[in-house]
Amino acid sequence: MSLDKATVAKIAHLARIKVPDSDLEQLAGELNTIMHWVEMLGEVDTQNVEPMTSVVAANLRRRPDAVTDGGYPEKVVANATDATENFFSVPKVVE
Amino acid sequence: MTKLTHLTMADALAGLAAKEFTAVELTQAHLDAMAAAKELNAYIIETPDVALKQAADADARYAKGEQRALDGLPLGIKDLFCTEGVQTTAASHILDGFVPPYESTVTTQLFRDGAVMLGKLNLDEFAMGSANITSHYGPVISPWSPKDEAGNFTRKLVPGGSSGGSAAAVAARLALGATGTDTGGSIRQPASFVGIVGIKPTYGRCSRWGIVAFASSLDQAGPMTRTVKDAALMLRSMAGYDPKDSTSIDVPVPDYAAALTGDIRGLRVGIPKEYRVDGMPAEIEKLWQQGIEWLKAAGATPVEISLPHTKYALPAYYIVAPAEASSNLARYDGVRFGLRVEGKDLKEMYENTRAEGFGAEVKRRIMIGTYVLSAGYYDAYYLKAQKVRARIAEDFTKAYELCDVILTPTAPSAAFGIGEKMDDPIAMYLNDVFTVPANLAGLPGLSVPAGLSGEGLPLGLQVLGRPFNEATVLKVGHVIEQAAGPQPLPPLVS
Repeated sequence: MSLDKATVAKIAHLARIKVPDSDLEQLAGELNTIMHWVEMLGEVDTQNVEPMTSVVAANLRRRPDAVTDGGYPEKVVANATDATENFFSVPKVVE
Repeated sequence: MTKLTHLTMADALAGLAAKEFTAVELTQAHLDAMAAAKELNAYIIETPDVALKQAADADARYAKGEQRALDGLPLGIKDLFCTEGVQTTAASHILDGFVPPYESTVTTQLFRDGAVMLGKLNLDEFAMGSANITSHYGPVISPWSPKDEAGNFTRKLVPGGSSGGSAAAVAARLALGATGTDTGGSIRQPASFVGIVGIKPTYGRCSRWGIVAFASSLDQAGPMTRTVKDAALMLRSMAGYDPKDSTSIDVPVPDYAAALTGDIRGLRVGIPKEYRVDGMPAEIEKLWQQGIEWLKAAGATPVEISLPHTKYALPAYYIVAPAEASSNLARYDGVRFGLRVEGKDLKEMYENTRAEGFGAEVKRRIMIGTYVLSAGYYDAYYLKAQKVRARIAEDFTKAYELCDVILTPTAPSAAFGIGEKMDDPIAMYLNDVFTVPANLAGLPGLSVPAGLSGEGLPLGLQVLGRPFNEATVLKVGHVIEQAAGPQPLPPLVS
């Protein structure tokens, strides 16, 4: 299947990237080239194959449920464009 | 005496211990070389104050006879590693002004062992690229690029990518060694393009904590150096279990340098028939044959093996990596760090920030990733790719019943010019055809310089090993290095 302009606009929206309408056509072309190329995976027999979720066979470790870090809010917000009283600030979302 | 910037790490350590020169002198020689080589654009930021302070500390330790494993060695750090108090950009506009309040585990360990940081090295934006042409800070130029008599470039060659700044700096003698990261070949392919050594360790060997994430199930850090022995020394400091990375594996880190015995008698070297790809230049094929002959002469036995799903590795990678990237890069939203571009509401602020902050290749991959993870397509693309990935890993498991290591070319060509292969993203992706399978399967892989192309550009051979057997990979790489003999210097060198 091919991605049309409307689908590309929807993906851009999901990805929270503003794409001007004038760029949609070219972007659709580029994405289609890549998506058509990966179609070749359809040739591989993957019946009864478990999807790989981890490259090394390892169980996640457990540790005591204790606070081991933190206590420096000023460091956490140090890189924010807009931080007030150790909070991240964003444009108003509630009317 | 050899110029200080031309020493290997091993020789520099010996010289420092013998008080032939100081760490400050060694560092200053590199800072001077960097100042004279700005045209290569290898460093995004130089950190002379940090470097000279670290070097003075190293000298104090040498004076007391308390030197550490890498004490006083000037290194470049790929600008994907967070460094406390020093800007970290991932070569992206979206990280403008970001100064990490913490240090990555890998750099923490290098500094623990006395290494000196010369600066942060250029790379492809978020490590996405194979030519170092997607950096917000401009492309890196390979020190192998030819110039005319007037000193102007006649052709600007790429250093490979994504660790292109690391590769160029080490080859041009602007650092004794450098850190790299490898998601699909980003250490090995640039190492091959500039004629240096680079090793991607087994997934889980080096902590990913504090490294800007691209594709979490594929990313691994590793050293880029001028000799296999230097790679062995540097990897030992970089590797090791870290509780802060849940995928880091708690296995002992061996003394890799001690493994370089030259004795590979009886070792079985797998030669995968599927790596003879269509259109591979004859000189690459010839180099590969030469590598087989060298290992045979050293007492190893070549064995033909089959990795039947090789041709599906790249397409599987170009689903898995963008999917993970789209998720990892969701954090860049203008709220907590980096660039913010205002909009009429919160959503538009996100969209404006990400539109301006990300470059074209990064946007393309985020969108591919978003698409393959979106409702209705997850099974058809992402799940399918993860199943194909399982089959690729199974190919290697079966192959390692017949052999101990695998020998292949590192890349299907020598370095190309900046601006070439730009029109078609897939032509660029094909650079990684031989390196991507090791990332998908989590295996260690090394690139070692093995000769020159017809045009006089470096070509590398790749050695792949079993999980956590970097020692054998390095041992075989060392044998190839010795057999290939001294390699010529690039034309642009300090």
